[in-house]
Amino acid sequence: MKNLLILVTCLFLFPPLHASALGIPKLQGYVNDYANMISGSSRATLEEELKVFEQSDSTQLVILTLPSLEGETVEDYSIKVVEAWKLGQARKDNGILFLVSKDDRKMRIEVGRGLEGRLTDLMAGRIIDLVVKPRFKRGDFDGGFTAGVASLIDATRGEFKVEGEDSRKGTQPFHSSWLFLFVILILFFFFLSSARKRGKTSNWADQSGRSHGGSPGGFMIFPSGRGGGGGTFGGGGGTFGGGGASGSW
Amino acid sequence: MGKKLLIILCALVTLSFSGCGYNTMQTNEEAVKAAWGDVEATYQRRNDLIPNLVEVVKGYASHEKETLTAVTEARAKVGTIQMSKEMLDDPQALAKFQSAQGEMTSALSKLMVVVEKYPDLKANQNFQDLQHQLEGTENRINVARTRYNKAVEVFNSSIRTFPNSLTNSLLLHLKLKEPFKAEAGAEKAPKVKF
Repeated sequence: MKNLLILVTCLFLFPPLHASALGIPKLQGYVNDYANMISGSSRATLEEELKVFEQSDSTQLVILTLPSLEGETVEDYSIKVVEAWKLGQARKDNGILFLVSKDDRKMRIEVGRGLEGRLTDLMAGRIIDLVVKPRFKRGDFDGGFTAGVASLIDATRGEFKVEGEDSRKGTQPFHSSWLFLFVILILFFFFLSSARKRGKTSNWADQSGRSHGGSPGGFMIFPSGRGGGGGTFGGGGGTFGGGGASGSW
Repeated sequence: MGKKLLIILCALVTLSFSGCGYNTMQTNEEAVKAAWGDVEATYQRRNDLIPNLVEVVKGYASHEKETLTAVTEARAKVGTIQMSKEMLDDPQALAKFQSAQGEMTSALSKLMVVVEKYPDLKANQNFQDLQHQLEGTENRINVARTRYNKAVEVFNSSIRTFPNSLTNSLLLHLKLKEPFKAEAGAEKAPKVKF
C-alpha cells in the first residue's frame, strides 16, 4: 500500500519527459547556438555579417544549432521551425535557415520560396557537400559555419535588393470590413435622408456630417510590422515550400 | 415605409452573410485549391526530373533494365492522369492519382537501392546533383501534401459546423474534400541517402 502511494506520488511529481515532441526554440538573433558549437568570436563575426547582409540584401539568414533532434527527421523539424519563425520578408519570402543537429551529425539548409530560383536544391546540396561537410568532418565547426554562410550569401547575391525604406511594412487587406463599411454607409444615408424629411436637420445632420468626416479613423489599416519594436528580433513573414537540401557528416 | 423596411432587410441579409460563414467557407475552399496547386506542381517537378535521372543511371548501370523500366512505366502512367481541380470533389479520381504517384515513389526508391551497387555512379557529380534535386522534390511533395491536408481539414470542418452547414446546404452546396491518405511507402520520402 505504501509502495503504491509512493508510485502515485512519483507519477505526479515527475511527469513523463518524452511525452511531448521536440519544441521550437526561441528565435534570439541571427545565430541561435543552442548546441554551443560556435566560439564566442566567430559568433560575434557571424552575427554582424548576417546583420549587414540583411540590411543590404533584405535576405534573412539564420543559424540554428541543436544538441539533438530527438528522433525527428531533420526535414520535418526544419519546416516546423521556419513555419514558426517566418524568416524573410513577407511576399519576398527570402529567408534561409541553416539548421545543424550536433549529436545526430545532420544538417539542413531550408530555403524560402522567393530564393528557390537562385539558391536551388542543387546549390544548397553542393554547399553542404563541398563547403560545410569537409570542415565539420575535421571538427572545425567555426570554419564550417563561416564558410557555409559566406557561400550561401554568395549564392543569393543579387536576387533581392531592399526596394524602399519601409519595404517590410506591409498593409493587410480586410475583405469583410469593406462589406461592413458599405452597410454602415447605406444605413447612414438612409437615416440622414429620413431625418431630413422630418425636418430635423439642425442638430443631427451637423453631427453626422462631422462624424462622417472622421469615421475612416475607425477603419484604419493597421500596419503589420515585424516582431514588434524595442530591438526584438523576429522573422518578417516569409514562407517556405520545403526547398533546400540536407546532409550529414 | 415599405421601402424603409426593404432597405433594412437588405442590410441585415448582407450582414448575416459574414455571420453565417458564407465568406469563410469560400475563403477556405480557395485555400484548399491553392494548396492543391502546390501539390500538383511538386509532383510535376518530380516527373520532369525523372528522364535525366534515368539517363544518368543508364550510363553506369545499363543492365538494371527491370528497375529502370519500372520507373519509366510508372512515369508514363502518371502522365496519363489528368490533374485538375475538379479531382478534389471526386474521391475516386484522387485515389487513382494517389496510387499512380505511390507506384512512382516506390519505383524510384527501388532504383535508389539498386544504385548502391555502383560506386562510380555514386561518385558522379551529375548523379549527386540529381540526387539532391530528387531529395528536395520529395521533401517538397511531403510539405505540399501536409499543407493540403491541413487546408482540407479546415475547410471540411468549416462546412460541417453549425451556422455554416446551414448556409452551405441552402446556398453554396460545397462538398467535403478528400485528404491524402498515408499509404505504405508513399508517406515518407524514399531514403536516397548513402
